Amino acid sequence: MTITEILFWLLTVVALTGALLVVTSKNPVYSVLALIATFFAISGHYILLNAQFLAVVNLIVYAGAIMVLFLFVIMLMNLNTETEPQKNKWLKMAGTVAGGCLLLVLVAALRDADSKSTIALVNSGDTGLIENLGKLLFNEYVIPFEISSVLFLSAMVGAVVLGKKE
Amino acid sequence: MPINLYIFLALALFSIGVIGVLTRRNAIIIFMCIELMLNAVNLLLVAFSKMHLADSANSALQVVTNGADAQLFVFFIMVVAAAEVTVGLAIIVMMYRNIHSVDVNFLNRLKN
Repeated sequence: MTITEILFWLLTVVALTGALLVVTSKNPVYSVLALIATFFAISGHYILLNAQFLAVVNLIVYAGAIMVLFLFVIMLMNLNTETEPQKNKWLKMAGTVAGGCLLLVLVAALRDADSKSTIALVNSGDTGLIENLGKLLFNEYVIPFEISSVLFLSAMVGAVVLGKKE
Repeated sequence: MPINLYIFLALALFSIGVIGVLTRRNAIIIFMCIELMLNAVNLLLVAFSKMHLADSANSALQVVTNGADAQLFVFFIMVVAAAEVTVGLAIIVMMYRNIHSVDVNFLNRLKN
Protein backbone atom coordinates (compact mmCIF):
# COMPACT_ATOMS: atom_id res chain seq x y z
CA MET A 1 0.00 0.00 0.00
CA THR A 2 1.60 3.22 -1.10
CA ILE A 3 1.41 6.42 0.86
CA THR A 4 -1.03 7.86 -1.69
CA GLU A 5 -3.49 5.04 -1.05
CA ILE A 6 -3.13 5.41 2.70
CA LEU A 7 -3.86 9.13 2.42
CA PHE A 8 -6.81 8.46 0.10
CA TRP A 9 -8.45 6.05 2.53
CA LEU A 10 -7.73 8.26 5.53
CA LEU A 11 -9.33 11.28 3.84
CA THR A 12 -12.25 9.15 2.69
CA VAL A 13 -12.92 7.92 6.22
CA VAL A 14 -12.73 11.47 7.59
CA ALA A 15 -15.08 12.79 4.90
CA LEU A 16 -17.69 10.07 5.35
CA THR A 17 -17.57 10.22 9.16
CA GLY A 18 -17.97 13.99 9.06
CA ALA A 19 -20.87 13.73 6.65
CA LEU A 20 -22.61 11.17 8.86
CA LEU A 21 -22.08 13.37 11.91
CA VAL A 22 -23.63 16.32 10.07
CA VAL A 23 -26.81 14.32 9.57
CA THR A 24 -26.97 12.60 12.95
CA SER A 25 -25.88 15.15 15.53
CA LYS A 26 -28.63 16.88 17.48
CA ASN A 27 -26.83 20.15 18.12
CA PRO A 28 -26.51 22.32 14.98
CA VAL A 29 -23.12 23.67 16.11
CA TYR A 30 -21.69 20.15 16.10
CA SER A 31 -23.14 19.70 12.61
CA VAL A 32 -21.29 22.80 11.42
CA LEU A 33 -18.02 21.58 12.94
CA ALA A 34 -18.43 18.16 11.34
CA LEU A 35 -19.15 19.81 8.00
CA ILE A 36 -15.95 21.84 8.32
CA ALA A 37 -14.04 18.59 8.92
CA THR A 38 -15.66 17.14 5.80
CA PHE A 39 -14.63 20.16 3.75
CA PHE A 40 -11.07 19.85 4.99
CA ALA A 41 -11.05 16.19 3.92
CA ILE A 42 -12.41 17.12 0.49
CA SER A 43 -9.69 19.76 0.18
CA GLY A 44 -7.19 17.05 1.01
CA HIS A 45 -8.64 15.01 -1.84
CA TYR A 46 -8.15 17.98 -4.16
CA ILE A 47 -4.52 18.28 -3.11
CA LEU A 48 -4.10 14.54 -3.70
CA LEU A 49 -5.49 15.07 -7.20
CA ASN A 50 -3.05 17.97 -7.65
CA ALA A 51 -5.87 20.50 -8.01
CA GLN A 52 -4.13 22.99 -5.80
CA PHE A 53 -6.10 26.08 -6.79
CA LEU A 54 -9.41 24.38 -6.02
CA ALA A 55 -8.08 23.05 -2.71
CA VAL A 56 -7.19 26.54 -1.56
CA VAL A 57 -10.42 28.07 -2.88
CA ASN A 58 -12.41 25.31 -1.17
CA LEU A 59 -10.72 26.05 2.14
CA ILE A 60 -11.13 29.82 1.85
CA VAL A 61 -14.67 29.95 0.48
CA TYR A 62 -16.33 26.94 2.11
CA ALA A 63 -14.48 26.22 5.34
CA GLY A 64 -13.65 29.87 5.85
CA ALA A 65 -16.49 32.06 4.70
CA ILE A 66 -19.62 29.95 4.31
CA MET A 67 -19.24 27.95 7.50
CA VAL A 68 -18.52 31.08 9.53
CA LEU A 69 -21.74 32.51 8.10
CA PHE A 70 -23.61 29.39 9.23
CA LEU A 71 -22.08 29.63 12.71
CA PHE A 72 -23.03 33.30 12.94
CA VAL A 73 -26.65 32.59 12.03
CA ILE A 74 -26.90 29.67 14.45
CA MET A 75 -25.40 31.60 17.33
CA LEU A 76 -27.29 34.83 16.62
CA MET A 77 -30.60 32.98 16.64
CA ASN A 78 -29.66 30.95 19.72
CA LEU A 79 -30.24 27.68 17.97
CA ASN A 80 -27.40 25.84 19.67
CA THR A 81 -29.81 24.00 21.91
CA GLU A 82 -31.24 20.62 21.14
CA THR A 83 -34.72 21.89 20.50
CA GLU A 84 -35.63 19.74 17.54
CA PRO A 85 -38.68 17.74 18.57
CA GLN A 86 -38.61 14.05 17.94
CA LYS A 87 -40.17 13.28 14.61
CA ASN A 88 -42.09 10.19 13.77
CA LYS A 89 -39.58 7.34 13.83
CA TRP A 90 -41.13 5.73 10.76
CA LEU A 91 -40.70 8.87 8.69
CA LYS A 92 -37.04 9.01 9.63
CA MET A 93 -36.60 5.37 8.70
CA ALA A 94 -38.40 5.93 5.40
CA GLY A 95 -36.07 8.81 4.55
CA THR A 96 -33.03 6.70 5.35
CA VAL A 97 -34.32 3.81 3.27
CA ALA A 98 -35.05 6.13 0.36
CA GLY A 99 -31.54 7.58 0.47
CA GLY A 100 -30.04 4.11 0.78
CA CYS A 101 -32.03 2.95 -2.24
CA LEU A 102 -30.73 5.94 -4.22
CA LEU A 103 -27.17 5.03 -3.26
CA LEU A 104 -27.76 1.39 -4.18
CA VAL A 105 -29.23 2.18 -7.58
CA LEU A 106 -26.51 4.68 -8.48
CA VAL A 107 -23.70 2.36 -7.35
CA ALA A 108 -25.20 -0.55 -9.27
CA ALA A 109 -25.58 1.61 -12.37
CA LEU A 110 -22.12 3.13 -12.28
CA ARG A 111 -20.12 0.13 -11.08
CA ASP A 112 -19.57 -1.28 -14.55
CA ALA A 113 -19.78 2.01 -16.41
CA ASP A 114 -17.45 2.15 -19.36
CA SER A 115 -15.20 5.16 -19.32
CA LYS A 116 -12.32 6.23 -21.51
CA SER A 117 -9.82 5.66 -18.78
CA THR A 118 -10.17 3.90 -15.45
CA ILE A 119 -7.44 5.79 -13.66
CA ALA A 120 -7.60 9.22 -12.11
CA LEU A 121 -4.17 10.75 -12.23
CA VAL A 122 -2.92 11.57 -8.75
CA ASN A 123 0.18 13.44 -7.66
CA SER A 124 0.96 14.69 -11.16
CA GLY A 125 -0.39 16.79 -13.98
CA ASP A 126 -0.29 20.56 -14.19
CA THR A 127 -3.99 21.05 -14.93
CA GLY A 128 -4.95 22.25 -11.50
CA LEU A 129 -2.19 24.77 -11.10
CA ILE A 130 -3.28 28.37 -10.91
CA GLU A 131 -1.29 29.38 -13.98
CA ASN A 132 -3.18 27.12 -16.38
CA LEU A 133 -6.56 27.72 -14.80
CA GLY A 134 -6.02 31.48 -14.77
CA LYS A 135 -5.09 31.57 -18.44
CA LEU A 136 -8.20 29.59 -19.33
CA LEU A 137 -10.43 31.60 -16.99
CA PHE A 138 -9.40 34.98 -18.34
CA ASN A 139 -9.34 33.95 -21.99
CA GLU A 140 -12.21 31.61 -22.77
CA TYR A 141 -14.34 31.96 -19.66
CA VAL A 142 -14.07 35.68 -19.11
CA ILE A 143 -17.75 36.36 -19.86
CA PRO A 144 -19.09 33.88 -17.28
CA PHE A 145 -16.55 35.31 -14.86
CA GLU A 146 -17.89 38.82 -15.34
CA ILE A 147 -21.49 37.60 -15.15
CA SER A 148 -20.74 35.94 -11.84
CA SER A 149 -19.75 39.32 -10.45
CA VAL A 150 -23.23 40.59 -11.38
CA LEU A 151 -24.64 37.51 -9.65
CA PHE A 152 -22.73 38.38 -6.49
CA LEU A 153 -23.98 41.94 -6.62
CA SER A 154 -27.60 40.80 -6.96
CA ALA A 155 -27.14 38.25 -4.18
CA MET A 156 -25.77 40.97 -1.93
CA VAL A 157 -28.68 43.28 -2.69
CA GLY A 158 -31.11 40.41 -2.16
CA ALA A 159 -29.62 39.49 1.20
CA VAL A 160 -29.77 43.10 2.38
CA VAL A 161 -33.38 43.49 1.23
CA LEU A 162 -34.41 40.21 2.87
CA GLY A 163 -32.59 40.90 6.12
CA LYS A 164 -33.87 44.44 6.50
CA LYS A 165 -36.44 45.03 9.19
CA GLU A 166 -39.60 46.53 7.85
CA MET B 1 -6.23 5.79 -8.06
CA PRO B 2 -9.08 3.95 -9.80
CA ILE B 3 -11.84 6.30 -10.87
CA ASN B 4 -14.41 3.93 -9.38
CA LEU B 5 -13.29 4.73 -5.87
CA TYR B 6 -13.87 8.42 -6.45
CA ILE B 7 -17.29 7.71 -7.98
CA PHE B 8 -18.31 5.64 -4.96
CA LEU B 9 -17.03 8.24 -2.51
CA ALA B 10 -18.93 11.02 -4.24
CA LEU B 11 -22.07 8.88 -4.41
CA ALA B 12 -21.84 8.10 -0.70
CA LEU B 13 -21.44 11.77 0.20
CA PHE B 14 -24.33 12.72 -2.09
CA SER B 15 -26.61 10.04 -0.61
CA ILE B 16 -25.78 11.12 2.93
CA GLY B 17 -26.80 14.63 1.89
CA VAL B 18 -30.07 13.33 0.45
CA ILE B 19 -30.78 11.37 3.64
CA GLY B 20 -30.13 14.49 5.69
CA VAL B 21 -32.54 16.55 3.60
CA LEU B 22 -35.20 13.84 3.92
CA THR B 23 -34.88 13.17 7.65
CA ARG B 24 -33.99 16.43 9.36
CA ARG B 25 -36.42 19.27 10.02
CA ASN B 26 -34.05 22.03 11.04
CA ALA B 27 -33.83 24.34 8.03
CA ILE B 28 -30.17 25.17 8.66
CA ILE B 29 -29.15 21.51 8.73
CA ILE B 30 -31.10 20.89 5.52
CA PHE B 31 -29.16 23.77 3.98
CA MET B 32 -25.86 22.27 5.14
CA CYS B 33 -26.82 18.94 3.59
CA ILE B 34 -27.37 20.74 0.28
CA GLU B 35 -23.85 22.13 0.59
CA LEU B 36 -22.63 18.58 1.19
CA MET B 37 -24.28 17.41 -2.03
CA LEU B 38 -22.71 20.28 -3.98
CA ASN B 39 -19.30 19.30 -2.65
CA ALA B 40 -19.80 15.67 -3.62
CA VAL B 41 -20.46 16.79 -7.19
CA ASN B 42 -17.40 19.05 -7.11
CA LEU B 43 -15.19 16.18 -5.99
CA LEU B 44 -16.52 13.99 -8.79
CA LEU B 45 -15.89 16.72 -11.38
CA VAL B 46 -12.29 17.12 -10.26
CA ALA B 47 -11.74 13.36 -10.32
CA PHE B 48 -13.15 13.17 -13.86
CA SER B 49 -10.93 16.06 -14.92
CA LYS B 50 -7.88 14.13 -13.76
CA MET B 51 -9.23 11.03 -15.49
CA HIS B 52 -9.37 13.02 -18.72
CA LEU B 53 -5.76 14.07 -18.19
CA ALA B 54 -4.70 10.47 -17.59
CA ASP B 55 -6.44 9.49 -20.80
CA SER B 56 -4.64 12.19 -22.79
CA ALA B 57 -1.31 11.27 -21.19
CA ASN B 58 -1.51 7.92 -22.95
CA SER B 59 -2.18 9.39 -26.37
CA ALA B 60 0.28 11.16 -28.61
CA LEU B 61 -0.72 14.76 -28.16
CA GLN B 62 -0.26 15.87 -24.59
CA VAL B 63 -2.11 19.03 -23.78
CA VAL B 64 -1.51 20.41 -20.35
CA THR B 65 -4.91 22.07 -20.16
CA ASN B 66 -6.84 18.88 -20.79
CA GLY B 67 -9.51 18.67 -18.14
CA ALA B 68 -9.05 22.25 -17.02
CA ASP B 69 -12.62 23.08 -18.05
CA ALA B 70 -13.99 20.76 -15.37
CA GLN B 71 -11.96 22.48 -12.70
CA LEU B 72 -13.26 25.84 -13.87
CA PHE B 73 -16.78 24.44 -13.65
CA VAL B 74 -16.04 23.55 -10.03
CA PHE B 75 -14.85 27.11 -9.50
CA PHE B 76 -18.10 28.50 -10.89
CA ILE B 77 -20.14 26.06 -8.79
CA MET B 78 -18.38 27.41 -5.72
CA VAL B 79 -19.16 30.97 -6.82
CA VAL B 80 -22.84 30.19 -7.27
CA ALA B 81 -22.93 28.29 -3.96
CA ALA B 82 -21.52 31.28 -2.12
CA ALA B 83 -24.22 33.54 -3.59
CA GLU B 84 -26.85 30.92 -2.79
CA VAL B 85 -25.77 30.65 0.83
CA THR B 86 -26.08 34.39 1.42
CA VAL B 87 -29.62 34.56 0.09
CA GLY B 88 -30.65 31.29 1.76
CA LEU B 89 -29.39 32.32 5.17
CA ALA B 90 -31.11 35.69 4.81
CA ILE B 91 -34.36 33.82 4.09
CA ILE B 92 -33.83 31.57 7.12
CA VAL B 93 -33.19 34.59 9.36
CA MET B 94 -36.37 36.24 8.05
CA MET B 95 -38.31 33.03 8.66
CA TYR B 96 -37.00 32.85 12.22
CA ARG B 97 -38.04 36.45 12.76
CA ASN B 98 -41.57 35.73 11.58
CA ILE B 99 -42.41 32.36 13.15
CA HIS B 100 -39.66 32.12 15.83
CA SER B 101 -38.57 28.71 14.68
CA VAL B 102 -36.50 27.14 11.93
CA ASP B 103 -38.59 23.98 11.80
CA VAL B 104 -39.61 23.43 8.20
CA ASN B 105 -42.83 21.70 9.25
CA PHE B 106 -44.24 25.07 10.24
CA LEU B 107 -43.79 26.25 6.67
CA ASN B 108 -46.46 24.06 5.15
CA ARG B 109 -48.50 27.02 3.93
CA LEU B 110 -47.44 30.09 2.07
CA LYS B 111 -49.71 32.57 3.84
CA ASN B 112 -49.55 33.29 7.60
